[in-house]
Amino acid sequence: MLARLLRARRGHAGWDWTDWASYSYLVFGTLLMFGPVLWLAVSSLKSESGLQEFPPTLLPSEQVRVAVPGQAAPLPLVQVTAGAQAGRELALLRRIGLQATLLDPAAPETPVRVPVADTKKVMHLHAAWENYSEMLSKFSFGTYLFNTVFITVVATVLTLLVNSMAAFALSKYRFPGREPAFLIMLATLMIPPTIVLVPNYLIAASFGLTNSLWGVIWPAVATPTGVFMLRQYMLTLPDELIEAARMDNASEWRIYWRIILPLSAPALAVLAIFSVMWRWNEFLWPMVVLSRSESFTLQLALNSFQGELTTQWHYLLAMTVLTLLPVTAVFLVLQKYITQGIASAGVK
Amino acid sequence: MSGVDRLAGGLYAAVMNLPERPMRWAQGHLRDGRLGWLFVGPNLLVFGLFSFLPIVIDVWYAVTGGTELLPGNRPFVGGENFATLLRCSDYLDANSCARDQFWYGVWNTLKFVGLQVGFMIGFSLLTALVLNRKIVGLGFFRAAFFYPVLLSPVVVALIWKWILQREGVLNAALQGMNFQGENWLLDAHWSFFWTVFVSIWAHMGFYTLILLSGLQAIPRDLYEAANMDATPPLRVFWRITLPLLMPSLFVVVVLGIIRAVQIFDEVYVLTGGGPGSATTFLVQYIYTTGFAQAVREYGLAAAASLLLAGVLLFFTLFQLRGMTKNAR
Repeated sequence: MLARLLRARRGHAGWDWTDWASYSYLVFGTLLMFGPVLWLAVSSLKSESGLQEFPPTLLPSEQVRVAVPGQAAPLPLVQVTAGAQAGRELALLRRIGLQATLLDPAAPETPVRVPVADTKKVMHLHAAWENYSEMLSKFSFGTYLFNTVFITVVATVLTLLVNSMAAFALSKYRFPGREPAFLIMLATLMIPPTIVLVPNYLIAASFGLTNSLWGVIWPAVATPTGVFMLRQYMLTLPDELIEAARMDNASEWRIYWRIILPLSAPALAVLAIFSVMWRWNEFLWPMVVLSRSESFTLQLALNSFQGELTTQWHYLLAMTVLTLLPVTAVFLVLQKYITQGIASAGVK
Repeated sequence: MSGVDRLAGGLYAAVMNLPERPMRWAQGHLRDGRLGWLFVGPNLLVFGLFSFLPIVIDVWYAVTGGTELLPGNRPFVGGENFATLLRCSDYLDANSCARDQFWYGVWNTLKFVGLQVGFMIGFSLLTALVLNRKIVGLGFFRAAFFYPVLLSPVVVALIWKWILQREGVLNAALQGMNFQGENWLLDAHWSFFWTVFVSIWAHMGFYTLILLSGLQAIPRDLYEAANMDATPPLRVFWRITLPLLMPSLFVVVVLGIIRAVQIFDEVYVLTGGGPGSATTFLVQYIYTTGFAQAVREYGLAAAASLLLAGVLLFFTLFQLRGMTKNAR
C-alpha cells in the first residue's frame, strides 16, 4: 500500500510538492472527518468519573481498585512519587486536607501518611460498557428505536410505491395533463417542509395524526426528487417490453409491477437508500408532530436528553453512538452505491 | 435463489396482486389515458395535502391573528402580521424592530448563508480538485469526506458539543500547546463561527461529490492538448477546468443557498440559538413563534414562512431550470 502510494505520480517523473500537498490535505481532511466521531465513540466507553478528567485521557481508563483485608469495599490504588515510600503502590484509605492515609494491601495493619501531592493515581484501561447497559435499562431506548425503525421502513416502502407509480405514468403514458402533472410535482420543490410547518401541523391535527407515527410518515411519502429520479430512469426502459406484455393480455397494473419495477431496481435502490437516510435523520417535522415521549424518535430523544442530561454525558454519549451506528453500518456496506447514486442524481 | 429471496418474492407478488382486480376494472372503464391519472393520483394527493394546500392555509394564517389553531376561529387582521414583522425604526439595527428576534434571524441567516456557502463551496472545490488528480485510495478518501453527510444533524451537533465544551478535548489540546482555552459556545462570535464550521463539516462531502463528478466529466484530451502546448497549470484551471465546471458549480451554489437559508437542526441542538440571539436563524424563529413558546403566534410564524418562501422560490426557479435542462 505504502509502496503504491509512493509510486503514485502525475505522469511526469518524481514526486513534486503538489503531490505532497495533495496527500497531506487528504490525510488531514480524513482525520478531521473521522476524528470527532472516533472521539465520541472512545469517550462513550469512559466511566462517569473518567469523563470528568481534564485534560481528558486518550483511552477509556479507570483507577485500579484493590481489595484490602479489613476494608468493606475495594480501595483505589495510588503510586507514591516522592519521599521515603517513593515507588510503592498503595491503597488510598482516606484523604484529610493535604494528607493521604495509605495502606499496603499486603500489610494493612500499618497505615502510611503521605502528602497528597506526592501520590499519583494508578490507572488501567477499562471500557465502561455499563454506560450502554445502564442507559438501555434506564431509558426506553427500545421504544425510540422501534418508532424510528417503524417510520423509516414504512415511509420508505410507501415512498417507493407512490413515487414509482407516478414515475411510471409520467414516463410511459401519454395522457391529457401529463406535462402539467409533471410540472406540478417539480414545483413542490419550491415548497420545502420548513415553510409549511404551521399548516401541516393543522392538517396533521385534523386527521388526528399528532403524536402518531403516521403523522411523520404521510407527508414524506411523495418526494419530487424521487419522482424525478425514477422518471428519468424509466424513460430509458424500452417501450417494446410493454407492448409485448400487452399482446399477452397483461393488465397495466401487472405491467407496472411485473416488468417496470424489477427493471428499475437500480434507481429504486438509490431512492430507498436516500429515503432511509432522510427518515432516520429527520428532526424538525417530527419535533412539531410528536410531543409525547412515547412517540419520540431517536433524534427527538437525543435532543430532549441533551437538554436534561448535561451532567450525565456518559449516557448521552452511549445513546449518540447507538444512533449513529446503523447509519455508519449502512454506509460501510453501501458506500459505493451511495456516492455513485448522489453523483448521478444530484440529490440528497 | 435462496429461501429468503423466494419468500420476499412471494410476499411482493402477493401484496402487489391485491390491487389487480380494481385496477383491471378501472382499466376497462376509464377511457384511454385516464388510467395515467390513477397512477399519478396518490402522489398528487399527498403533494396536494401536504404541499399545496398548506401554502393556501399559510396565506390564511398570515392574514389572521389570535392564537387559535382552527382557521375558522381566527379573526381577519389583513396585513398586520407582516407589518408587525417588518416594523423597524432602523432596519440595520434589529433592536429597533417590533419583533427583534425576527430581525436577528434575518441578519444572522444572511451572514450565515454568505459565510457558509462561500467557504463550503471553496473547500468542496479544493477537495474535488485534489481528488481529481491521480490519487491512490481515491475511493477511501472520497468516502471519508462524505461520511459526515450521512450523520443526523442531532448527532453532528452532539459530537461537536462534546468536543467544544469547556472541559472538552479542544480546550485540552489548546492548553497543551500553551494557548488559552475558550468557552466556545458561550461567546457570541465563537458560537457563530462554530455553527458555520460545523455545518460545513457536515455537508461539504455532498458538494464535493457533485463537483468531482463534474470534473470527471471534462474530456481528458483537453488536458492532454494543454499539456502538449505546455500551458501553465493556473491557466489550464482558468481556461479549461473552471468554464467546463460552471454548470456543476451553478447547481452546487444554488443548492447550497437553498439549504443554508433553511439552517435549523444542527444549530438548534448545538447552541439553541444562543448565546442571546447570536445564532438564532429564520427557521428557528418560525419554529419558536409557532410551536415552542407559551403563546403560539401561528399568524406571525406563517407570515415569516411566506417571506422565507419568497426567497426560496427565487432560488428554486434556478434549480428547476438546471434540472429540466438536464432532463430533456
